[in-house]
Amino acid sequence: MSEPIRITPPITDEVAASLKAGDRVLITGTIYTARDTAHKRLMAVLDEGGELPFDLKGQLIYYVGPTPPKPGQVIGSAGPTTSGRMDAFAPRLFDLGLKGTIGKGQRSEEVIDSLKKNNAVYLAAVGGAAALIARSIKGAEVIAYDDLGPEAIRRLEVEDFPAIVVNDAHGGDLFKAGVAQYKKKAS
Amino acid sequence: MRTITTEEIATSVRALCLDAAFKLGEDVKCAISGAIETEESPLGRDVLTQIVENYKIAETEDVPMCQDTGLAIFFAEIGKEVVIDGDGTLEDAINEGVRRGYEDGFLRKSVCDPITRKNTTDNTPAIIHVSTVEGDKIKLMLAAKGGGSENMSGIAMLKPSQGLPGLKDFVIKTIRESGGNPCPPIIVGVGIGGDFEKSAILAKKALFRHVGSKNSDPVMAELEAELLETINGLGIGPMGFGGTTTALGVHVEKHPCHIASFPVAVNIQCHADRHKEVEI
Repeated sequence: MSEPIRITPPITDEVAASLKAGDRVLITGTIYTARDTAHKRLMAVLDEGGELPFDLKGQLIYYVGPTPPKPGQVIGSAGPTTSGRMDAFAPRLFDLGLKGTIGKGQRSEEVIDSLKKNNAVYLAAVGGAAALIARSIKGAEVIAYDDLGPEAIRRLEVEDFPAIVVNDAHGGDLFKAGVAQYKKKAS
Repeated sequence: MRTITTEEIATSVRALCLDAAFKLGEDVKCAISGAIETEESPLGRDVLTQIVENYKIAETEDVPMCQDTGLAIFFAEIGKEVVIDGDGTLEDAINEGVRRGYEDGFLRKSVCDPITRKNTTDNTPAIIHVSTVEGDKIKLMLAAKGGGSENMSGIAMLKPSQGLPGLKDFVIKTIRESGGNPCPPIIVGVGIGGDFEKSAILAKKALFRHVGSKNSDPVMAELEAELLETINGLGIGPMGFGGTTTALGVHVEKHPCHIASFPVAVNIQCHADRHKEVEI
């Protein structure tokens, strides 16, 4: 395996285009969280012509609903949730400048096409490694939809947050390549 | 007769919830360690190593190994010589224990109304399956079941003529289509027979067995081994990144069914396989 690539949002077009499926990355800087219900609300804001709670340009959205922090913790355990549930919403956000999402599991063809069209990437974090991932989160602040609890939108300050490029901006797909490489002929 | 109070039940359930969220069982740890030895993909081994590092942090620091601390699912076996005393029913006592455990342990409350999506805020109600057994004890088995793997589960009312080949095709198709979504390496529970809901309950109950244990019926044990080999040949691998460890175990349970029916249910469990039990 090659050395991880360090990236810091906002992600430029050059950086997005340079990432390839299978690359390991370490993210340092600001990322935003959103999952199911928060996405529905973001769509409603856009439908009404309103302003989103944060500027999407060059940013990364992490699909996560953390556990509540224990006293003294910045955030509780915070691993990725299944990205496919956000497939219906993602292309619209990429069209508005979002440069990547972080989650787990496969994306739809529509999302993969949108990544190519918008020069954006889909990253995966290790699902279930929530206590380990939380160590790379140094700050967390709810910036919208506090009433949603774990589903609220948070601004996270991360340091060396580990992820891997699954779908790059050129059609590269780690899931398809991985299965092709390790699939036994009989199955 | 032996009296067990609802307070004793609630206290035990609270402790079970915390133990499940923070400490992975030895059976699962063993299975993951074994997989690191055999996994062919370097990236797959890297993922498995991170999973080990993660559960060690969780158990040392008393923090949840996964942010999805799950829906609390119970199989409760009630000795027929037990009298339950105190306020409320057995179900009320279990829910009270869940409420305390999820609040006191800073666990995520992941239960909501299916239509309005409004959170119940205390992770109740739990899903509770009760049966009676001989003796004067209560055995409570908990699975803190994450939503990502549960969502990839499936059920099929096959035709009896489809037989074992049809069953295997359905199980493999379900796993193949789930890909990296359920956080592989997974444990696969297969319920065969009964009726519509019985097959699903069998599949769920199969996940409470120790990971890698064999069905006592040699024919079923052989089916488990064959399905495991085929699933691990799919190439999905840890987190779907490609590899030879897609499942750590396949557990099959069966029950007689109607002559017209052949129900098969597949319940998928992620690697954060939090199943714990207590006897009161």
